[in-house]
Amino acid sequence: MNSIVRNRLNDKLFYIWGLISTFIGLIMLSIFLGQIVKDGAQRLNWDFFTSLPSRLPEKAGIYTAMIGSVWILLMTLIIAFPLGVAAGIYLEEYIKKGRWSNLLELNISNLAGIPSIIYGLLGLEFFARTLHLGGSILTGSLTLSLLILPIIIVTTRESIRAVPGSIKEASYALGASKWQTIRMQVLPASMGGIMTGVILALSRAVGEAAPLIVIGALAYVPFAPSGPLDDFSVLPIQVFNWISRPQAGFITNAAAGIIVLLALTFLMNGIAVFLRYRWQNKTKL
Amino acid sequence: MTTQTKERIIEKLLQFSAWVTILTTLGIIAILAKETFSFFRKISLFDFLTDTQWTPLFTDKHFGIMPLLSGTILTSLIAVLVALPIGLSIAVFLNEYSNKSFRNAIKPLLELLAAVPTVVYGFFALVVITPFLQSIIPSLSGFSSLSAGIVMGIMIIPFISSLSEDALYAVPNSLREAAYGMGSTRFQTVFKVTLPAASSGVIVSVILAISRAVGETMIVAIAAGQQPRLTLNPLVPVETITAYIVQVSLGDVPHGSLEYQTIFAAGITLFVFTFLLNTLSYRLKKKFMEKYE
Repeated sequence: MNSIVRNRLNDKLFYIWGLISTFIGLIMLSIFLGQIVKDGAQRLNWDFFTSLPSRLPEKAGIYTAMIGSVWILLMTLIIAFPLGVAAGIYLEEYIKKGRWSNLLELNISNLAGIPSIIYGLLGLEFFARTLHLGGSILTGSLTLSLLILPIIIVTTRESIRAVPGSIKEASYALGASKWQTIRMQVLPASMGGIMTGVILALSRAVGEAAPLIVIGALAYVPFAPSGPLDDFSVLPIQVFNWISRPQAGFITNAAAGIIVLLALTFLMNGIAVFLRYRWQNKTKL
Repeated sequence: MTTQTKERIIEKLLQFSAWVTILTTLGIIAILAKETFSFFRKISLFDFLTDTQWTPLFTDKHFGIMPLLSGTILTSLIAVLVALPIGLSIAVFLNEYSNKSFRNAIKPLLELLAAVPTVVYGFFALVVITPFLQSIIPSLSGFSSLSAGIVMGIMIIPFISSLSEDALYAVPNSLREAAYGMGSTRFQTVFKVTLPAASSGVIVSVILAISRAVGETMIVAIAAGQQPRLTLNPLVPVETITAYIVQVSLGDVPHGSLEYQTIFAAGITLFVFTFLLNTLSYRLKKKFMEKYE
C-alpha cells in the first residue's frame, strides 16, 4: 500500500469514526430513554401525580415534589431574573473599562465554574443558619438564584451587545436619557435573547439536587408546601431518594419520576431553542 | 425627582446587582474559611493531608482527605478519558468534515447531553451501565468509579466538543488552504496543521471539563458508592468529596459539630481545586483569543 492510498484510507476511516463519535452520546441517551420509558411508563397514571410520598412504592407519588419544584422555579425566577438582567445591563452599558470591570468579569467567569454543591454550603451557612431561614423554599431559591446568576448575566450581556448601535444613537438624538434608551429601546430589542438565557438557566435550576440536599431540603415531606418559608422537596431529590431504596417498586417510581423531570427539562430547552431561533431571525433584518 | 437623580439612583441599583456576584464569591470564601478554621483547631493540617483514612462518621475517627481526593480524581480521570477522544473527534468532524446544515442540526442535540439533570445520569449509571459492565467484567462491584466515570464522560462531551470547535473555527483558513495546496488530505490537515494551531483552545476545553467533573455530585453519589478508599482500582466502590458532602447532609448532623465542619473542610478542598482550574483556563482563553485577532 503506498502512502497516497494509506492517507486516503486514514481520511475515510476518520470520517467514519467522526460520525460514530457524533452519534454515540445521543445513541446512549436514546437507549437510556427507551429503558426509562419501559420501566416507568406503567407507573405514570393520575394517582402518581396526586399521591403524597409513602413507604409503599405503589402508593407513593410525586405530588409534594412537583409542588416544591414549581415553587422553587417561580421564586428563583423572581429573584434571579431582575438581579441578573440588572447586573448584565450595568456591565455592558455603564461600567468603565478598567481594573473593576476586569475583576468583575474574572469573578463571574469563576462563579460559573464553582460546583453547585459549594453554593449549597453557602446557602446552608448563610441563608439557612445565619438568616434563620432553615431548609425552606426561600433558602433554596436564594441559593439556586446565586447559582444561575452568572448564566443570566452572560446571556444578558451578549443579547444587549447584539442590539445595533444605530438604535441607541437614534434614541439619544431624540433627547432620551441613558436609562430611557435602555428601557425603551435596548431591553425590548434584546428581550428574546435574554429570555432564552433565563429559561436555560431555570431548566438547570429545576434539575439541581445537590445544593438543595445540602441546605437541608427533605426527601420526605408529608404535605405540599404552601408558602416560601415551608419545608419542601423537589423532583430530583424525590428521584434520588427512590433510587437509593432497595425495593424494586421504587426503581419503577424513580423511572416514572425521571420521565416527568425530563419532560419538564426538554420542554424548557425546546422553548429556549425556539426563542433563540426566532430572535436570531428578527435581529438579522 | 429630577431625571438626573433618577438616573443616578438607577445606576446605583444596577451597580449593586453587579456587586452581588463579588459578594457571592466573598461569602463562599468567608464561610468555607470560617468553618474550616474551626475544623483545623481540632484536627491538624498534617493529619488531614497525610492520613490515609477518612472515617469521621465512625467511632474510630480518621480525617485524611486523601481517600476522598483519590476518589474524586479517579472518577474525573475516567470521565475525561471517555469524553476527550469523543468530544475532540466531534469537534473535528463537525468543523472540518461535515456540512453546515448537518452541523446546525446536530449541535442543539449535543447540547441536550449537558442539559439532562445529573440525577438522571446517576440512574443511568446504576440501572443500565453497571449491569452491562458486570456482564463483561464479573468482578465489578454494584457501585464503582468506572461506571460513574463513564456516564460522567458522556455528560461532559458537549463541554469538550463545543469549546474545541470554537478553537478550530478560529484557525485562519489560509493555514488549511496552504496544507491542501501541498496535497494533504483532510486527515493530515487536521492533525498536522489545524489541531496544533488550535491546541490552546482544546486544552482550555479539557481543563473546564475536568473542573466540571471534579464538582459533579449526583452521578457519583448514586453510582460510585460511599466508601472512602485510597485506591486507583476503578472496579471497587469509592467516595468523592461531593458524595461525602451529600452523605453528611442527608443525615442529621448537629450544627457546629466536628462532623458538620468536615463538609466545609472537604468543600474548601474542592473549591481550591476548581478555582485553580478555572483561573488557569480563563488565562489560557484570553491568550488564545488574542492569537489570531
